[in-house]
Amino acid sequence: MIRLLKIEWTKLYHNTVSRILIACYFLLITFIAFLAAIKVEIGPIKFHLAEQGIFNFPYIWHFNTYIIGYMKVFFAIIIVSMAASEYSYKTLKQNLIDGLSKKEVLLSKVYTMLAFILASTLFTFLTSLVLGLLFSDYTEAGIIFSDLEYLLAYAIKLFGFFSFCLFLGMWIKRAAFALGFLIVWQMVEGIAYGIMEWKLSDWVPGLSAQQVFSFFPLNAMSNLIKEPFTRLSGVQNIAQQVGETFDKDYGFDLLSAAVVLVWSFIFLWATYRLLRKRDL
Amino acid sequence: MNTLLELHNLSKTYGKIRAVDQLSIRIEKGHVYGLLGPNGSGKSTTLGMVLNVINPTGGHFQWFGGSLTVHQTLKQIGAIIERPNFYPYMTAMQNLKLVCTIKQCPYEKVEEKLKLVELWDRRDSKFSTYSLGMKQRLAIASALVSDPELLILDEPTNGLDPKGIHQIRELIAKIAAQGTTVLLASHLLDEVEKVCSHVIVLKNGVKHYEGPVDQLTHSHGYFELQAPQLSALQTALEKLALFDTLKTQNGKILAYPKKPLAPESLNQKLAAQKIFLSTLNYKKKTLEEQFLELTNRPQQP
Repeated sequence: MIRLLKIEWTKLYHNTVSRILIACYFLLITFIAFLAAIKVEIGPIKFHLAEQGIFNFPYIWHFNTYIIGYMKVFFAIIIVSMAASEYSYKTLKQNLIDGLSKKEVLLSKVYTMLAFILASTLFTFLTSLVLGLLFSDYTEAGIIFSDLEYLLAYAIKLFGFFSFCLFLGMWIKRAAFALGFLIVWQMVEGIAYGIMEWKLSDWVPGLSAQQVFSFFPLNAMSNLIKEPFTRLSGVQNIAQQVGETFDKDYGFDLLSAAVVLVWSFIFLWATYRLLRKRDL
Repeated sequence: MNTLLELHNLSKTYGKIRAVDQLSIRIEKGHVYGLLGPNGSGKSTTLGMVLNVINPTGGHFQWFGGSLTVHQTLKQIGAIIERPNFYPYMTAMQNLKLVCTIKQCPYEKVEEKLKLVELWDRRDSKFSTYSLGMKQRLAIASALVSDPELLILDEPTNGLDPKGIHQIRELIAKIAAQGTTVLLASHLLDEVEKVCSHVIVLKNGVKHYEGPVDQLTHSHGYFELQAPQLSALQTALEKLALFDTLKTQNGKILAYPKKPLAPESLNQKLAAQKIFLSTLNYKKKTLEEQFLELTNRPQQP
């Protein structure tokens, strides 16, 4: 396993672009701390983001994993090009001839992916912990370490997303087209949802679009960590004033986690199948 | 154990096209093999199959008597295919170290092999800055880095200038002299004739010949004959009944003997018939002629 990680790491480390992207990714996670510095003062209205409670334990776990989750796009580029460049440089062929098995090719990528997920989750944990300790109103250990399942959800979300990217890179063989496909797929899911919302109840009575939609890969990933904004006390107060209540379950959704894991398995299996069946 | 690689009825079809058709070959230790064939005769496909990058559609092959899995075997052999493939953004040194990690062999050999192919001075240049000849040499160094028992080369001199071609051939000869078995796929006949001891001739994915080079080039040869009266010579030759074919070409008769025939004895026999030759040339067929003859032959059923 160390050998496989080393092989993949060598390929990534010596590539300037991926080195910069990796550095950017972890820097951006750290920069979330700067959100704390947002202060708006317009006459009598004073707004200090850090004081809105976004850094309160355990809410911070939810807020940070959600925001940092967007940074995964940076990593998607690395994962996709990690797979696609092996085809464009024809080094996949050379690696196989040098004696790497097809399984090892896949495993070296998956291990690297897992290593980055681990690093990213750890980084998110530490950043949030430090921010929380600085700004949280509650600092009892029991409160700090509650709701940590958001970190688990975060890791699963990344695993699903990166597996999808790895599959696309291997399948399409061109990094740019694979990323394009990712965007197109996001739209496809949206359009499919729209059509189902409109017609599904006519076709299959009793089945809601929302139910089917939760099985779509990207939607299931985003369901893993729901948006945290409507949970903020400030937002809820405003909502109550206009007579609106958010009746939403923000917790860790087992079904979404299962759906994402099943999709990850399908993507990785399909990647392996591609590797086995394709002639180079 | 002397058999390194054995192919049994190995086949690859792309739709209706039979790229390789029931090919059986045996590669023994210590020889230099030439895999000959025109473009598109299935050479690269055959190598691709035994190198684990192309899936065969029929038959099977065995490395080292089947004691190891294919990818374990590949760590112990060296192979380069069509064109050199390395990570362009990495230096020669970094690329070779990566190959070492894949092949699970020590880094120490990298220096030796880079010196062998005369790239040691350029070891810290990126692969993308190399000329084609240098890339090809780096590929050879990379194939040799695990001190393989068998080296497979697919068109190693393709696209090189005469100097580059010469360098690569010298290298191959040097490697073969060290006792490494070499399998060289090529469509360049003089290349094969110069470096190989055995040849396998492929056409349309079918094997047409397998054996030592000298057996292929050592046919009975042929005679180029001229006499003042060509028709009289023709009749005399026919009477001798020693020849398979008699051809007239540019005022000369080309005579292909059935059995080995010494020029002096032919001369004697003709003189006995009062035919005095103005030209008597005994010629051996080159590998090129032999190859063209083999590959132009209609396909055997």
